Amino acid sequence: MKNLAPYLARRIGQGLITIAAIIVLNFMILHLAPGDTVDLLAGEFGAGDPEYLAQLRAEFGLDQPLYVQLGQYFLNIAQFDLGYSYRNATPVLDLILDRLPATLILMLTTILIAFTSGLLLGVVAARRVNTWTDDLISVLALLCYATPLFWLGLMGIVLFSVKLGLLPTGGMYTIGGRFNVWQSTLDVMWHLILPACTLAVYHMAIYTRLMRASMLEVYNLDFIRTARSKGLRRGRIAFGHVLPNAILPMVTMLGVQVGTLLGGAVMVETVFNWPGLGRLAFDAVFQRDYNLLLGTVIFASALVVLINIATDLFYAVLDPRIEVA
Amino acid sequence: MEALSDFWRRFRRRRTAVFGLALMAVIVLLAALGPMVVPGSPWEIVGTPFTFPFVDPAHPLGTDVLGRDILRGILNGARVSLLVGLSAAAAALTIGIVIGACAGYFRGWLDDLLMRFTDVFQTIPNFLFAFVLVAMFGTSLVNVVIAIALVSWPPIARLVRAETLSLREREFVQSCIVIGMGEGSIIFRQILPNAMPPVIVMSSIMVATAILTEAGLSFLGLGDPNVMSWGTMIGIGRSALRTAWYMAAIPGVCILLTVLALNLVGEGLNDALNPHLKNR
Repeated sequence: MKNLAPYLARRIGQGLITIAAIIVLNFMILHLAPGDTVDLLAGEFGAGDPEYLAQLRAEFGLDQPLYVQLGQYFLNIAQFDLGYSYRNATPVLDLILDRLPATLILMLTTILIAFTSGLLLGVVAARRVNTWTDDLISVLALLCYATPLFWLGLMGIVLFSVKLGLLPTGGMYTIGGRFNVWQSTLDVMWHLILPACTLAVYHMAIYTRLMRASMLEVYNLDFIRTARSKGLRRGRIAFGHVLPNAILPMVTMLGVQVGTLLGGAVMVETVFNWPGLGRLAFDAVFQRDYNLLLGTVIFASALVVLINIATDLFYAVLDPRIEVA
Repeated sequence: MEALSDFWRRFRRRRTAVFGLALMAVIVLLAALGPMVVPGSPWEIVGTPFTFPFVDPAHPLGTDVLGRDILRGILNGARVSLLVGLSAAAAALTIGIVIGACAGYFRGWLDDLLMRFTDVFQTIPNFLFAFVLVAMFGTSLVNVVIAIALVSWPPIARLVRAETLSLREREFVQSCIVIGMGEGSIIFRQILPNAMPPVIVMSSIMVATAILTEAGLSFLGLGDPNVMSWGTMIGIGRSALRTAWYMAAIPGVCILLTVLALNLVGEGLNDALNPHLKNR
């Protein structure tokens, strides 16, 4: 733990390089794709005359050589300026920050559900290894792993909203509801159940399998044999000795899965009309708002880098044996 | 021959793997022969809209919102899913193997460079990136395959790199270097064949993931507009979810079964190809 600061500095440095490369990649995509912002705008208000379009290009700096444009792009992002969404007449960053809380709520709830249920199922499967309980959990995990998220969400709507009328079909708030703070929190939670459970199912499957394998591995270690031979109860061995040691790979997985989670959010937010980043990216595609779309990608990637660094630090705190050098 | 029977003996030890293989065989057969048995375009309007499954013998799986035959769509979609899954996985494997082998064999600055490059692609959220690529470059089937391949190669590259790093220190590779074998032949004829078992296991999962990604993209309206895929059908069914949930349910079950079969086969391959890892 003593050399945490230099480690942190190096990880942040690496992260910045990765983000810079992603920015270049995005810039390349933006320029390789057919048509530019001016073409899109021209398509909007009917064909403009070439002189006016050239004037617009000069205004946006699109007539400059590519390396100048790239330099400008970097300079802007360094000042936290992700560009301007002409469609929404708002800076891209404002739109993103506006949608960020909804996605964070969805992601955190999903991780919480997936992590705890995966942990529990994994522990149960490992304690009853090679019995029908274990088989049942394995089959469940396999099914969850193979189910397309967006489809599961739709089927959830059919069952819980349309047939049973228990949960709302989408959105984040009840429209037109007049609530105090407490009631609106409950209202958001009520809307959160279906999207979060849908997104959690796939990750639960991963955590279940990982936890089971990890528990079984620790069960084979010598110190567990010692614990058994000194006559500790089975429950105490499982929860006091195996579980704390088996949980480490789960923490790593948490970091690895952030990207998948954000990708899944695009589908789940679209299905449930959840007003988050994924939904923003989806709308940007169909409004052909490329500044906004690529801004979302850069922002999401930065989020992944940040959470990965945080997970590694958390990992080092959890397991003092890990050298952070 | 003996190796093959040995392989099969280990593979069938896991009953679920055999089930997965059988399921996969059925799906491949349906994709290959189905459109011949039930001819006609899946886009053609052939019956009364909103016919439920098992009601009209002419349309055993019912019809969709416009009166298109769902069975035709399913059989056609099986072809699309397998085609996209296999080609995207093949492309991703090629990229991943070349990058991983170069990084692991040459080490040094090339390794650093290639691994940073891999980091970049691994950091961008996969599905979001595929979604952006298809949105920017157009929704043709080829673009969908390229986009899926571009987002899914990094794990292969890491795996091949790790295998290559350990294999290149082994005696048989060292002796190849000593007798002056070219680097190309060492990589492709000595190292890669020995690095293949875990890659083969991973590739069945790659095909499954590619099928899921394709379904997600076409569900969101970013599939090839001329191709009826399972994702497209779910997207169509979504508009009639309240009254005719079967339209979205049927293609979804098909995706689930295909992906499940591929995962089960993957587990069987793992037992058969990495016998020392078996049994936990």
